[in-house]
Amino acid sequence: MIAGYLPDLPILRGVSLTVDAGSLTVIIGPNGAGKSTLIKSIVGLVPFSKGMLLLRGKDVGHIQPHQLAKHGISYVPQSNNIFRSLTVKQNLTLALRHAGKSAPNRLQNLLQQFPQLSVKLHDKAGALSGGQRQFLAVAMALSTSPRIILMDEPSAGLSPKASQEILEMLRHLTSTGVTIILVEQNVNQALRLADHCYILAEGINQIDDKAAKLLRDSIVSEIYLGGKRLKVQQ
Amino acid sequence: MIQHLLDGILFGSILSLGAAGLTMVMHILRFANFSHAELLSIGAYTALVFDQIFKATMPFFSAQVGSLSITWALFLAMAFSLFLTGVSAILFDYLVFRRIREKGDELSMVFASFGLALIIRNLIGLIFGLNTQLYSKDIVFATILSRDPLIALKPDQLVTLLITLLIILVIHFVLSRTTFGYSLRAVGENPELAQVNGINLRTTILLVWFIGGGLAALAGVFYGLNNQITPMIGSDLVLPVFAATIVGGIGSIYGALFGGFIVGIAANIALIILPSGYSPSVPFLIIIAVLLIRPNGLFGESRT
Repeated sequence: MIAGYLPDLPILRGVSLTVDAGSLTVIIGPNGAGKSTLIKSIVGLVPFSKGMLLLRGKDVGHIQPHQLAKHGISYVPQSNNIFRSLTVKQNLTLALRHAGKSAPNRLQNLLQQFPQLSVKLHDKAGALSGGQRQFLAVAMALSTSPRIILMDEPSAGLSPKASQEILEMLRHLTSTGVTIILVEQNVNQALRLADHCYILAEGINQIDDKAAKLLRDSIVSEIYLGGKRLKVQQ
Repeated sequence: MIQHLLDGILFGSILSLGAAGLTMVMHILRFANFSHAELLSIGAYTALVFDQIFKATMPFFSAQVGSLSITWALFLAMAFSLFLTGVSAILFDYLVFRRIREKGDELSMVFASFGLALIIRNLIGLIFGLNTQLYSKDIVFATILSRDPLIALKPDQLVTLLITLLIILVIHFVLSRTTFGYSLRAVGENPELAQVNGINLRTTILLVWFIGGGLAALAGVFYGLNNQITPMIGSDLVLPVFAATIVGGIGSIYGALFGGFIVGIAANIALIILPSGYSPSVPFLIIIAVLLIRPNGLFGESRT
């Protein structure tokens, strides 16, 4: 995939990604590697000039962002991923608006799944803590019963405890058959929970392998614990 | 004082309707649309045309409603004006703004809106003439509510205010109780997130233009009813409508409604101490005062 915000300035210069159904895949890489752009290209927010998007073997072309749910995809952006001026209930109602008559039941199910939201139902979403906002964002993403969830740095700005809770919940979701693709800066934590990991640098795939294997890899651990930048192999 | 307050509330209610549409367009499309106030002129003149057509073709509609100067024909004309002004707002987007959005930046849109405002204003002048016009030449006397202090209110003004308040209640109901209202607020707050939550931005933009145009049309008719209809309605109201939008906080519909009343009341109260020539400066003073304290307006939040 080749993609970018401006036609002559591609940020993704040739990224290829394959994700197994029901797995948790994590994408890591230095700042500016194109991790967020990759996710945004998949969900149709950044146009890609070359490449294709295959979903269960079928070419889905360029997805319109508002039709993600039709493809069974949900996307949770890194920041501003809830509507702050709406209440928690209004956020969830908005996300559930295509559920029709089953919406009240679905809302109850989501609240059982996220008990921390049920006590804040009538509070403005902007007044929630960072962790609660992420749970609300995930609850909204789940409201369309997606088969794939793409999340951009869900643990950014959260306490270690809250980020662990979010990541463990995502891990749990994969056991229900949901596929999760995660951009994460918390490499250590993410690799421990993920099945597969892609490392991007300067818009190109650098390394991809099983997460458990990369966790033991001395080069990867040196780079991501020592902060040394990968050299692009031309 | 009370008379100025009443006049201010009436003027404020008209500004609120204009500002509610402007704030949505400004926030979603991210440009200051200086042609928005011309939609008020279009609304006022469209209602004038249909009012005269209905009076001519259906004389039984020429009867005045109760003690108002408003005829049944004008009420019907208002509905046509609301629809057609909404459609013309969509048309302006299609002919001008959409094309610039695809190629240019926000500043190009702002200048285009200036140009469009001048074109609309002059076209109206060309077609209808520069003379002031009235919906009804019948003189309706104001009802004296109090003699000391002198407080007078025309029945037209009262009805205008009641209809505006009713519309504001409807807007409040839609925004706070319906999923359509949530989706409008969502798009206003964060268009990208709204899209990935399944909201079709293109359709919503069209609806926002239509609603903004419709509200502007009503504001234009009400302004024309309580003042006069001239091609300068847009240029007279563009600054107070902008002030209401900025004071309320760009993107906040509630803010715009509230901002309208603040600017309207302040501009009229200021007449007590200031010569009327200084009245147009009051909205600017309010903008400066509010932005110094709250840079994002009273109800606005920083951009996402």
